[in-house]
Amino acid sequence: MSIHEEVELLKGVPLFSKLEGTKLKLLAFTSERITFAPGQDVCRQGDMGDAMYVVLTGSADIIIETPSGPHKVADLRKNGFFGEIAILLDVPRTATVTVREKLTALKITKEQFFRMVSEFPTMAVEIMRELAHRLDDTNRQLSAARAKAA
Amino acid sequence: MDSNLFKYVWRNSRAEQLIIIGLVVLAQVFYFASLNIPKTIVNDGIEGKSFKGAAKTLPFLRIDIPLPSFISEAGHIRIFDGFHLEQWPYLVGMSCLFLVMVTVNGLFKKTINTQKGRMGERMLRRLRYQLYDRILLFPPSHFRKVKQAELAGMINNEIEPLGGFIGDAYVQPAFLGGQAATALLFIMLQNIWLGLIVIAVLAVQAFVIPRLRRKIIALGKQRQITARQFSGRVAETVDGHQEVHVHAASNYERADIVGRLGRIFHIRFELYQRKFTAKFLNNLLAQMTPFLIYLIGGYFVLFGDMQVGAVVGVLLAYKDLPGPVKELIDWDQQRQDMQQRYEQVIEQFEPEGMMSAELQAMPDAAAAPFAGDVKLNGVVVAEEGGARALDAVTLSFPIERKVAVVGGAGGGKEVLAQVVAKVVQPTGGGVVIGEQSLANLPEATTGARMSYVGQDVYLLPVTIRDNILYGLKFRPRGAAQYEGDALRRREIEEREAERAGNPVLDVGADWVDYEAAGASGPDDMDRHIIEALRVVELDGDVYRYGLRGTIDPAERQAVATSVLKARAELHSRLSDATLAGLVEPFDRGRYNRNMSVAENVLFGTPVGRTFDPENITANPYMRRVLNDLDLATPLAEMGVEIARTMVELFADLPAGHPFFEQFSFITAEELPEFRALITRLSGRTVADLSPEERARLRALPFRYIEARHRLGLIDEAMEQRLLAARHAFAQGLPTEYATDIEFYDAESYNGAATLQDNILFGRLVYGQAQGADRIGDLITEVLDGLQLRDAVVEVGLDYNVGVAGKRLSAGQRQKVGIARALIKRPDLLVLNEPTAVLDAATQQRLLDKILAARGDRGVLWTLSRTAQAEHFDEVIVMQGGRMTARGAPSELSGDKSYADLLAAG
Repeated sequence: MSIHEEVELLKGVPLFSKLEGTKLKLLAFTSERITFAPGQDVCRQGDMGDAMYVVLTGSADIIIETPSGPHKVADLRKNGFFGEIAILLDVPRTATVTVREKLTALKITKEQFFRMVSEFPTMAVEIMRELAHRLDDTNRQLSAARAKAA
Repeated sequence: MDSNLFKYVWRNSRAEQLIIIGLVVLAQVFYFASLNIPKTIVNDGIEGKSFKGAAKTLPFLRIDIPLPSFISEAGHIRIFDGFHLEQWPYLVGMSCLFLVMVTVNGLFKKTINTQKGRMGERMLRRLRYQLYDRILLFPPSHFRKVKQAELAGMINNEIEPLGGFIGDAYVQPAFLGGQAATALLFIMLQNIWLGLIVIAVLAVQAFVIPRLRRKIIALGKQRQITARQFSGRVAETVDGHQEVHVHAASNYERADIVGRLGRIFHIRFELYQRKFTAKFLNNLLAQMTPFLIYLIGGYFVLFGDMQVGAVVGVLLAYKDLPGPVKELIDWDQQRQDMQQRYEQVIEQFEPEGMMSAELQAMPDAAAAPFAGDVKLNGVVVAEEGGARALDAVTLSFPIERKVAVVGGAGGGKEVLAQVVAKVVQPTGGGVVIGEQSLANLPEATTGARMSYVGQDVYLLPVTIRDNILYGLKFRPRGAAQYEGDALRRREIEEREAERAGNPVLDVGADWVDYEAAGASGPDDMDRHIIEALRVVELDGDVYRYGLRGTIDPAERQAVATSVLKARAELHSRLSDATLAGLVEPFDRGRYNRNMSVAENVLFGTPVGRTFDPENITANPYMRRVLNDLDLATPLAEMGVEIARTMVELFADLPAGHPFFEQFSFITAEELPEFRALITRLSGRTVADLSPEERARLRALPFRYIEARHRLGLIDEAMEQRLLAARHAFAQGLPTEYATDIEFYDAESYNGAATLQDNILFGRLVYGQAQGADRIGDLITEVLDGLQLRDAVVEVGLDYNVGVAGKRLSAGQRQKVGIARALIKRPDLLVLNEPTAVLDAATQQRLLDKILAARGDRGVLWTLSRTAQAEHFDEVIVMQGGRMTARGAPSELSGDKSYADLLAAG
């Protein structure tokens, strides 16, 4: 995949939707594009992380280790992103991501991430939106679980 | 050592000095004989004065020995009557004789100078050796007071001028003194009074000048000391460079050096002034004599009975006098200077408490093992202030026991270990091992039967292997084998060493005591080294050095063959689905998208600088190859594409941005130039650009890696053209470049590339998750499967540890130190917190492994963590320089001091 195709692909990622072409190209050029085979872990819960990933192709499962065993909490598909919590909070990875279908992801290092967020506030809003979605999801699951327990 | 330089020189070079004096005297005979020849050639040979009379011939080469008239009427004895020759043959004969005499005189001069030079160099060698020898005998405590740069400077530079002087030490005064005495005698014979005047003036000179020089000598001494301290400071700056930078002390350092240079300047300038003042006075006094001779000689002519001729004769004789006298005075000045230098240096090499040389005598057999008990009898170690690090410690333990020493900081546990290891000399009491006093045991015995590792291991700047073998070099195992020329050179070497008073030891001999390590010889030594490395958990690191190391396949064929086997195995495994796509193998017939354009064309490992990335773009041969294939323009066009992208992407980035270094082909400084170039290019082609601009653009794609940079510049067609360039490059390679590159060849080992690159024989594909780790694991797996791991570790043993082992981490240095101590299998291993720099878990593992490796041999281990003591047979608790408790760990649980230490960790 050449850098031009990659830019086209990035244009479709909501996270970068407001970024101009040159910036996307710079992002594509300076970030590593990593391919993972099915079954490979992109990251493991508890490991320290220094990068977030944006999925370009393929899919993966987000799994949380619980006392009762691994528990799949979400799907990761094209244009999804993950790993932002570890670099925002400086905490270990909160989940394990295991590849389901051959996955290509753009790796954005912590340093690069902070620079882009401060440079392009739209990107920060996009991330906030995603985080809010997830919080909403979690709240719903929690109340459902409570209802079941009661 | 003699404190007087002359005594030292005379004692060590008497015979040579006498031979040279003899040669000088002999040379004088020929010299004087030759003085007459030019006169005879002119008078008789050319003008033919003697032929004008009746004589038709003159005797040539007649030899007469003059005798006093009371022995012989004729006044001489004729030994050889000579050949009777006519004028022309006589002239020819005399001219040839002149040439012969000139040659003979020249040869004498050359021989004498060579002899003097050789003698001087031999003496210098002897002196240097003796000084170095004394460093080896310095008491350990002295090393806290001396600076290594100063010692090295003294041995190397300060005594250097002595070599030149030693050749003249005796010859010069003998020769010049003789000349001066002859002239003086002649003057005395002419007129006793004038003679006395000359003597009086000389006496004044001899009295005054040395007084003037006294200050000069003192200054010379100061000059020497300040210069030495200066070099010491320079060395300190080098050693402490980190502190200088960390504390921003560079300007303070500058100030210090400026101050020192100022002092040195003033000392040197004053020296000059005084030297030239002395010279002036000396010349003045020398001119006093003619003044007096004119005045007093004239008086005798006018009012006495002296002939004018006699006065002139005296003056002429005196004219001959200043030369030798002046040189004598110069010589004397030099003598004082050298004597002073010598004393200054010798002083520094005579510290108190020097070891006796017998302790370091070369052993003639392997040392007998230690047995029995290690006994400390009232051992006291008093520090300089009088504080006692050890206060009358008396204890004993069987040598084979595993003993731990614990205690608080400053309690004496470290010193206890150091005393047992003979690293520190007790100031009172003594240590006995078996029946022998430790103080009297030669180092060859303690070095072989005992070993010590402290908290700060020192390593030599050689390979890991040589650093470990350093612990086994007690004595050479027989002489090294030499043949032919090498043998003759070695014999000369040995004779010369003996003449200079150096011991006849050969560093080229095999010094390694394989038996001590349990090895049968050099071939299975590495196995034992690797064993020791495993104990200290350094084998993994050395394995990695091995993978990054290179070997000469001709020298280590077995390893090279094995690596090729590993290469084949690795590539067959790479066909596995989970690993496919991680490596793009080198294939002569295919373009490698994970290599740069330059690497693709080269298709080999550059050796040396000719084809390295900085030089490749400008290399004339490479340019020719690309031009011949019409690649220059396409490359320049690729360069335009790269430059355009860079200008577009990086335009807004500040100059210092890390992206420039990480990703750009263009530096921040070059960016505006390229932007201008791109602007100029709009609507035109690269053909319209100047050759320099085209060259700049053409250089850009050399570093372009398709898989990494992904600008889509190299399509199928371009790949084929670059492959053609690859083939053309290899085929037409001029012989002058043949050694500058080693081509990739699937069937052969590449001596310029690392082991790992040889096994991989390809490039990691960019952007594969954990690609490097997975391939690294695969390589290890393949090597383990082929049982090649140890072969790689052996290559890793060639890793050079750098100056003072700085290329290793502190922990690795300690591990090498422990391995070095383990490998000689000593009867007693003394360890003084050697693992303190490692983390707690590693410390614990190493402790278990080392204790296990020691088997039934003894260990005395000073521990930083008391809890580790439970693994030992016995524990000694040290507090305040005394032993406060001892016993098996289980017995000590009731002891309060031990319990406190345990609680403290």
